[in-house]
This record gives sequence, structure tokens and C-alpha cells, in this order.
Amino acid sequence: MLEIKDLYVHFGVINAIKGISLKVNDGNIVTLIGANGAGKTTTLRTASGLKKPASGQILLDDEDITHTSAQYRVQRGISHAPEGRRVFPTMTVLENLELGAFLRKDKQGIKADLKRVYELFPRLHERRRQSAGTLSGGEQQMLAIGRALMSRPRILFLDEPSMGLAPLLVQEIFRIIRDINSTGTTILLIEQNASMALQIADYAYVMETGSIVISGSGAELMQSEDIKKAYLGG
Amino acid sequence: MIKIEQFLQQVFNGITLGSIYALVALGYTMVYGIIKLINFAHGGIYMIGAYVGYFCMTFLKIGFFPSLLSAMTICTLLGVTIEKIAYKPLRNATRIAALITAIGVSLFIEYGTMFFVKADVRSYPALTGLLAQKFAVGGFNVSMLQVLILVITVALMFLLQITVKKTRIGKAMRAVSLDKDAAELMGINVNSTITFTFAIGSALAGAAGVLVGIYYTSINPLMGTMPGLKAFIAAVFGGIGLIPGAMIGGYFIGMVEVMVSGYGNSMYRDAVVFGILILVLIVKPAGLLGKNTREKV
Repeated sequence: MLEIKDLYVHFGVINAIKGISLKVNDGNIVTLIGANGAGKTTTLRTASGLKKPASGQILLDDEDITHTSAQYRVQRGISHAPEGRRVFPTMTVLENLELGAFLRKDKQGIKADLKRVYELFPRLHERRRQSAGTLSGGEQQMLAIGRALMSRPRILFLDEPSMGLAPLLVQEIFRIIRDINSTGTTILLIEQNASMALQIADYAYVMETGSIVISGSGAELMQSEDIKKAYLGG
Repeated sequence: MIKIEQFLQQVFNGITLGSIYALVALGYTMVYGIIKLINFAHGGIYMIGAYVGYFCMTFLKIGFFPSLLSAMTICTLLGVTIEKIAYKPLRNATRIAALITAIGVSLFIEYGTMFFVKADVRSYPALTGLLAQKFAVGGFNVSMLQVLILVITVALMFLLQITVKKTRIGKAMRAVSLDKDAAELMGINVNSTITFTFAIGSALAGAAGVLVGIYYTSINPLMGTMPGLKAFIAAVFGGIGLIPGAMIGGYFIGMVEVMVSGYGNSMYRDAVVFGILILVLIVKPAGLLGKNTREKV
């Protein structure tokens, strides 16, 4: 279980995150939705160790990981497919995937996971010798998710996996997210496509300017009038 | 009339000088690739390498190869120390702050060394035995020394390529140079990867220092300034941040310099090299092998 308690994050004098708390239970899909600049990405970057918080706590299975390195968190089972995909453009698809397993030593396990990623994304197998920079946006997104899976995470952070993708591809990505979750990987998902995110989420948090304003199960929030107005275009 | 023997002789001299520039340029380009810093202290490290080799050969009398290894080891330690003390605290500062620091470190090394060893020019001990041989191939002379420089350079470049392409730390280096945040998310320790990059670059500069010492036989505390700048130009010419670019750039600049001296006027040697820098920056700032990548949506 991942738990964030009363987290504050600053950029210089700007308070990006103002005391948020949230819980991600094992085996769940939890989504964090909200407008641009609400602090969703910063929350995720702080949870994976890229950004240092000003105060508050981050707990992974009751272990305080607030002041640990990103490296340690990967070892402990957190994996993060960042906003904008961030694949290594001049490296091949295969090299990107291998880097996802950087901290692992179990050759057999890595091989098995590589096979699994190729099954999830047959496109990546076709293009395994191609450099990642030549892939289309959708393929790069698949690579970013596949790469994040290569560390065999217990909890996977996905930051805007549907951004910039064609509607059909968005459906595909969401189907795969469900697939990954069904094999036991916990998922913390950031999305602007709120309706899609709420459909697959066990629990959802809505952020506005650095704070969580509403939370509830995906189904509950889909029924909420405020949410409909603000995020679902109804 | 240009004689073919004479031309080949110049080509071989160009390759020798180019080898030295290429070794120094590699350090520039690797450090730039990973933290976007032009490490102007690099020429100083090269000079220290020459002095360590000199002291090892002259006073410890331990022979050429052990001296070369000693120089590389000490330069590695020096490079890592400089990174830790001078650059690491500025990791999140502006690039210009780090650049100014690099110039400061460069002056500190040069004049610090001058304080300890005096400003006098010192003569490198002459090599003896097989390494001092010269032989004639066709119509031109090749010294064993030049062959030695070329072989050592090629061997070091080969080792470097293997390290960068095949090893775990090499993959980490490439990942960090492409995207630090993403590399960190893979579980790569970014700081130790940067330290390792400085270590390798400094070892290569140390080797270059010893090689230039035995080739030109005289060293002084300011000897790193000009070759440092030219190696930097070589790195820019090839495409800064790209390892093959630094190799090509090094040989190109070495060749140009020798040809201008041999067939033109050696007074114009430096002007031509700096002219190349200006041309590259105007015509193709990304360098010979560099390309402008665009973001995908």
C-alpha cells in the first residue's frame, strides 16, 4: 500500500502541493484527475523520488520512504512511466526495455518479462531494433509503459498515458492498463481524460491547485454533478 | 611541386597529433554529453598527466608503460575530485555558473602547478630501445614513437567504445546523457554515473598528456591551454556530446594543423583551427554528426 500523508511541495516560493493525503490500496487502480497545473504530475514525481517534498510523509507498506532515493524506490517496487513518455530516443526499443530492468540481476526473470511486454505490445517486438525516437507517439507511450513494467513493479505510476493519442489508441491503452492491473500490479494513474479514468478506477481523487477537493470510488464520482460539470463535459 | 612521400609523411604526422587531440576531445565531449558543461579544466588535467608521466619516468624511473598508467590513475582521481568539489554543488545552478567555475578550476590547476614545479620548461626523458627506433617505409620516415601513440590511442578508444556500448555502467552513462530524470526512474544512480564519466574522461586526458610529452619532449604548466581549446574545437566540429564525433574531430583538427604548417605557413596554424570553429558554429552548430531532433506528439 502506498500512502501519502499531508504532503507539501514547493517550487521556490510557489506552493505546488498544499498538504495532500491519499492512499493507494494493493491491487487497485487509483486515479488522480484534475486540470492542468493542479499538481498531479508533481505529486507523482515526489512519490517516485524525483522531487523532494518540503514536508509530509510517503509510506510504502508502512515504510517511510520520504527521504530515500529514486533508485531505492525502484528497488522497493515503485515504477514510473513519466509524463511525455521520456523514452531514450537514440537507443533501440530493446535497449530502452533493458534499461527498465537496470537494477535486476535475475536474467531468466528479465527474459520472461521482456516476453510479457512483447505480448502486451506486439508493436514493440516488431520494432525492437529500431531507435525509440523514430516511433510514433502511441508506440513511444507503449514503450514507456513497457519499460516501466520491466522492473517488475508492485505499483506502477502512469502519468497521462493517453495524452496526444488517437481515440482508438486511447481505448487500447486503457484496455492494457486494466490487463496489467489484473495480473496484480497496483496502478496510480494520472489522467486528463477523466471519464476514461473514472471508468476503470477503483478509487479516484480530484485535485485543484495543489489540494485534493473530492475523492470517492470511480463510480461515485462519475455520478457527482460537480464532477460532471467540471471534468466530464456534461 | 608536392611530392607524394612528403605528403604521406605529413599525413602520418597529422594522425599522430590528431590522436592526441582526439583523446582530449573525448573527455570534453563525454562530460558535455552528460552534464552539459564545457569542462575548461580538462586541459589542466592533460597537463597534470604530462607532469605525472615526467616525474615517474625521470625520478622514479619506472619505464614508459607504468608511467602512463600512473598518469591515468592520478588524473582519474584529480578529475573525480574536481567534479566533487567544484561541479557537484552547482548541479542545479545555471550553466553559466558552472562554466565560470570550470575556467576558475582551470586557472587554479595551471597556476597551482606552476607554484610547485616552477614555470620552467622541462624536457621529457628520451625513450630508449625499441621505442626509440625509426624506420623508413617507402620514401618516408616513421618513428616507433608515432606508431606507439597511434596504437595506444586506438586501444583506448576501443576500450571506451566497449565500455559505453556493452557494459552496465556504459548503458547508464548513455541513459543519463539522454535524460537524467528518466534514467533516475530506471534506478540508475545519476551522481555516480556522472563521477564515472569524469573519471574516464580524465584518464584519457592523462594518457594524452604523457603521449604529447614523449612526442614533443617538452612540457610546461601552461601547455594544456592551447591543446585544450583545440580539442574543444575538435569536439564541437564532430558534434559535441557524441563520442565518434570527438574521434573524427580530433583527427580532422590534427590533420588540418599539420597540413597548414607543412604546406602553408605555420603562423596561420592556430588561426585556421579557430576559423574552423567559427565556420562550424555558423554553418552547422550541431557539428558533423549532430542532428537536431524534434519532439514527437
